Amino acid sequence: MLKASVLIGLALLCVGTASAAEEGEIRLMHSGADINNTESLQRGARNFMNYCSGCHSLKYLRYSRMSADLKIPDSELVKNLIFTSAKPFDEIGSAMPADSADWFGKQPPDLTLMARVRGSDYIYSYLHGFYADKTRLWGVNNLYLPGTAMPHVLYERQGLQKPVYKNEKDAHGSAKMVLAGVEPMTPGALKPEEYDQFVRDIANFMDYAAEPIKATRQSMGIYVILFLLVFFVFAYLLKKEYWKDVH
Amino acid sequence: MAAAPESAGTGKGLIGWIDQRFPLTKLWKEQVSEYYAPKNFNIWYYFGVLSLVVLVNQLVTGIFLTMSYKPSAAEAFASVEYIMRDVEWGWLIRYMHSTGASAFFIVVYLHMFRALLYGSARKPRELLWIFGVLIYVLLMAEAFMGYVLPWGNMSYWGAQVIVSLFSSLPVIGATLVEWIRGDYNIADPTLNRFFALHVAALPLALIFLVVAHLMALHEVGSNNPDGIDIHKYQDAKGHPLDGVPFHPYYTVKDSVGIAAFLLIFAAVIFFAPNFFGLFLESNNFEPANPLQTPPDITPVWYFTPFYAMLRAVPSAFGTQVWGVLVMGGAIVVLFFVPWLDKSPVRSIRYKGPIYKIMLALFSVSFIILAVCGMNPPSGIYPLLARVCTAIYFAFFLLMPWYTKIDSVKPVPERVTGHA
Repeated sequence: MLKASVLIGLALLCVGTASAAEEGEIRLMHSGADINNTESLQRGARNFMNYCSGCHSLKYLRYSRMSADLKIPDSELVKNLIFTSAKPFDEIGSAMPADSADWFGKQPPDLTLMARVRGSDYIYSYLHGFYADKTRLWGVNNLYLPGTAMPHVLYERQGLQKPVYKNEKDAHGSAKMVLAGVEPMTPGALKPEEYDQFVRDIANFMDYAAEPIKATRQSMGIYVILFLLVFFVFAYLLKKEYWKDVH
Repeated sequence: MAAAPESAGTGKGLIGWIDQRFPLTKLWKEQVSEYYAPKNFNIWYYFGVLSLVVLVNQLVTGIFLTMSYKPSAAEAFASVEYIMRDVEWGWLIRYMHSTGASAFFIVVYLHMFRALLYGSARKPRELLWIFGVLIYVLLMAEAFMGYVLPWGNMSYWGAQVIVSLFSSLPVIGATLVEWIRGDYNIADPTLNRFFALHVAALPLALIFLVVAHLMALHEVGSNNPDGIDIHKYQDAKGHPLDGVPFHPYYTVKDSVGIAAFLLIFAAVIFFAPNFFGLFLESNNFEPANPLQTPPDITPVWYFTPFYAMLRAVPSAFGTQVWGVLVMGGAIVVLFFVPWLDKSPVRSIRYKGPIYKIMLALFSVSFIILAVCGMNPPSGIYPLLARVCTAIYFAFFLLMPWYTKIDSVKPVPERVTGHA
């Protein structure tokens, strides 16, 4: 059996290395989001409500659930986070009318589950990825979602970036320009580290919104595992006791 | 089996009252407390009872999920999020169910592999094995339909791809697909009937087959890692010398295995319910959208070996039916395992090097096929998939020859070691 497992392991290793490196893809940035950081989640909720919720709904998340989980007082919630006529127990909607697809070419998507679809690293990267592109409707394009329909809503915060290209040889050996990254062009209201934190908080909040139970689930899991470990030990001792007369 | 015949209803009290009307004590003795199982079961023998644990988990959590789930194309996706957010403990029930689906296949695959290791399918356990393969086939149908119910985009497109497979069948294909879908597309009626099959028809059939599987097992007795009959040597009372009563010996031993399993199961549920996109795929958190095909449509991991076989076979004579036939054949061939193995010994412990090499190649191929099925068919994958499909079939179809010419070691009279 040992031989078989070694063979299987080797085979997996080969397949693994074959699939590891994908060419030409721009690596996502690491968000460093932490759903146990309640202050970051509160700031993220504030940022989201102020900059995103005008167009994007969180239709599976209720305001009241959010305020309870994020320890935001009700008065604060109603005064500073609900910008529509919604009641605290309502789901977080957007102010977009049904025909908003006409404005952007695409209805702004609901974002409740975006962090589960693309991951919080993607959100963090996407909000770092806007660069000036005169050919686009809103004057910007995105490194991580080429041809994005969304304007750079955080333009005033981040400032504007410009694209960086590098020369690369294609399959036929002829040189071509490839988009390699972005660099700052005009400064925004926030310093780069402040902007990182600003966006990290949004990514963190969206991670929370995608699965509000996540933090509870993880902390509860530790107790479940501990209980099962104790159960395992007793089950094992019981088995030893019963089997000692079997030869 | 060889329980001393006891006249019904000699007992007293409530149990006695019941025994006069229903064979409670008799069943308990025959099936549990006086069912003699070989004493040398090793770790591979946990996966049967673990399948039962997972089955019960799926049934119980499934019942609770149906209380809040809405089987309609308009509401299904939102109802799953409702379960995850607004139903008390709904998230736990849902994760237990979704993780249980994958766990089911893990334990069943290992359970089947055990049979290949120790020749458990061979005479007199042919029917036992056939019931098992039928359970596996139903389980695949059950899992596929369950996967469609959340009505995410992968649910939708997965259903689209799998159901369309039937359209490659000659003559009846197109009509059959329409009949399965109940519409010209995967749509609300499809979701409705998949729900009916997933929560009523298939679980009923599964439970029936599991009972038949256990009855067949207890009729012929369990095989063991030495692949020898334990009933040859018996004590004065007619109990096998190498056997121990299932209860309490294996009930306490199985609880150790169940505890170990639950540790892993709980670790996944609480810390990695997506399991890196394998158990819950990220694309499936997007609602079904008939206008937007996901970049790569891949089935859930447990179907990927067969999906890779499907794609490994090129179309010929203007039809793609060959891939479907190969994929179906990969399942059908399993039914014949009891008759394919011609070796004079059952267990791998006493088989020669050829069987060991073939089984190792087969196992590696199956895993590589799974990896191929998860990746887009480009680069090295199509070639790998073809080679591994060939090995998969060679393992079974050449078995009558290589098991005959393979060397064997002498088989002991009594089982070696104990658990």
